[in-house]
Amino acid sequence: MIQDATVLFQIAGIGIIVAMIHSILKQMGKEEIAQVVTLVGFIIVLFIVLNGLADLFQQIKSVFLFQG
Amino acid sequence: MDILQIVGIGIVSSILILLLKEQKSSLAFMLAIFTGLIIFLALIQQISHIFKLIDYMAGKANIHGVYVETILKIIGIAYIAEFGAHLTKDAGLSSIASKIELAGKVFILLLSIPILTALIEAILGFFPG
Repeated sequence: MIQDATVLFQIAGIGIIVAMIHSILKQMGKEEIAQVVTLVGFIIVLFIVLNGLADLFQQIKSVFLFQG
Repeated sequence: MDILQIVGIGIVSSILILLLKEQKSSLAFMLAIFTGLIIFLALIQQISHIFKLIDYMAGKANIHGVYVETILKIIGIAYIAEFGAHLTKDAGLSSIASKIELAGKVFILLLSIPILTALIEAILGFFPG
């Protein structure tokens, strides 16, 4: 359970860093790079969460006898 | 003391979610999904123990296996539908949440058809002629 907690904090860290970079780049005037950075951060977090969800659904299937 | 870990993770992640909500509400929603996921993955072992106990008792009471399996599936479907519905409601999309709940109800009804027919036939069997 603890290794999942570290992944949780990684996601929060990515989110905070992306938000900071976005605002910094906006001050520097580079709008489109800021958007790209936000998108990349979003995609990384999406992959992590989707892998977790796939694992969750697999566990649910095995526990709740979803053989049908 | 697993409950302390679960409550701790729940509180810490809700703080992080609130922190992220202003800048990036989409990432905050993903964090909420992941928190629900972690808490459920922590419970899955205990749930499987409980279900083994239910199976054992059903075996002892020689109840037909199909009924117990259907009940377990219904519990699973109810849990997943509720998980998805509450998450989408948190994201503010209550219309999608109600659609998910509707789908959950439909699938549960679908699964309970054999039990209902068996029940009706048993009742009809009581009446003579």
